[in-house]
Amino acid sequence: MSAVTAEAVWKYYGDYPALRNISLTAEPGSCLALLGRNGAGKTTLLRILAGLSRASRGTVSINGRDVRDPLTRRGIGILGHGIAVYEEFSAYENLSLFAGLYGVKDPHRTALAWLERTGLEKVKDGLVREFSRGMRQRLALARAFLHKPAVLLLDEPFTALDDRAIAVLQSLLTEARAEGRAVILSTHQLREALELASHVALILRGSLAYAGERTAVMLEDPGWLYRHYGEG
Amino acid sequence: MSFLRYSWLIAVKDLRAELRTKEAVNASLSFALVILLLFSFAFDPTGEQTREISGGLLWLVFAFAGALILNRSFARELSNDCLDALVASPVPGTALYLGKCLANLTLLLAVELVCLPVFGVFYNVRWTHRFWPLMLVLLLGTWGIAVVGTMFSALTINLRLRELMLPTLVYPLLIPALMAAIQLTTGLLAGQPLAGDLTNWLKLLAGFDIIFTALALGLVETVLVG
Repeated sequence: MSAVTAEAVWKYYGDYPALRNISLTAEPGSCLALLGRNGAGKTTLLRILAGLSRASRGTVSINGRDVRDPLTRRGIGILGHGIAVYEEFSAYENLSLFAGLYGVKDPHRTALAWLERTGLEKVKDGLVREFSRGMRQRLALARAFLHKPAVLLLDEPFTALDDRAIAVLQSLLTEARAEGRAVILSTHQLREALELASHVALILRGSLAYAGERTAVMLEDPGWLYRHYGEG
Repeated sequence: MSFLRYSWLIAVKDLRAELRTKEAVNASLSFALVILLLFSFAFDPTGEQTREISGGLLWLVFAFAGALILNRSFARELSNDCLDALVASPVPGTALYLGKCLANLTLLLAVELVCLPVFGVFYNVRWTHRFWPLMLVLLLGTWGIAVVGTMFSALTINLRLRELMLPTLVYPLLIPALMAAIQLTTGLLAGQPLAGDLTNWLKLLAGFDIIFTALALGLVETVLVG
């Protein structure tokens, strides 16, 4: 069974079709890079896969179950454009809150372990509003990964990350794939995405232009995909 | 994890956030106290007429001051896209909504319980005469405001004029609850027992709470996800 399945998904904003008949799958242990220009529909698709928005037509399932089923959502980790942590809480309070919401067995220990993993253990009681951008980003990564989700949905995860956060993210993604978790990430950063990805989907103006395995040609020449299937 | 446990986590989160910033409670309490003070200059505190309008005055103050708290309920989730993280989490939309209602109820009641003694002093009204029935009315009336206000806080979250839109949409819906709460409060402050006509108003208030709680719980998933 595929970890993520989207079948004939359409999304309309008014009369405008932001997504047109998108069908794709992601298998456990795979990493699918969603590529496309600004406004192509990558974020819209990720929001539908995360259960944050409903498809106008078509179906989406995670491990064969409806995406809005609370049990399904327990197995999804999302990292969107915002860091999705509370400014008025400390790093520890944020992580223990989300660990609690995801039903993690020992929220206290889990929060501390993730603070250590992301290098934030020394500032665990500091309020997030006093954190630097890099520290916030590492906290956001910990928030998205702490419940060991079976499916990770990451929207532009490399954007504005500092070196340390990029290293943390790359190690987390490598580990996630090794543990058989599926990763779907959208990005403009072709080289980083193609290095991580096992599969690629290119979206052009809401339509799927290419979906398949990432090939050696794509890795050698990141612009190849756009030239062959896109708008050059 | 149980539904109530999720609601509890959300309510505690909201209350902790509000206690850290105090932005909504401070604004709401200041507004309520200023209005009570200003109206005390407009009426003769010893007059019978003052006691007759006391229920109306109190509940209008509670409703207007409450809007300042309710406006922040979902708006606080906009920062850093925290609402997306909550909606994508296993927390059912109904539990998220109920948790926010409980937090709003607590904050609104806190403001009201500070206002009541001040009201008693400024308007020379003995409000402790029917203390427990008055607390019951306060609880039911405030739950009505919290239930409707929290739902519209979620509905108006993406509007640029949400601070204006929330009271504009909420107050017309609250008319039955406010009418009942006003009649009950006026009667209880005048020393009447909770019997006769007042029982009918109490039934109306409880009915309002039940209907709107059920409606909101049925609609909240659609409001949050579309």
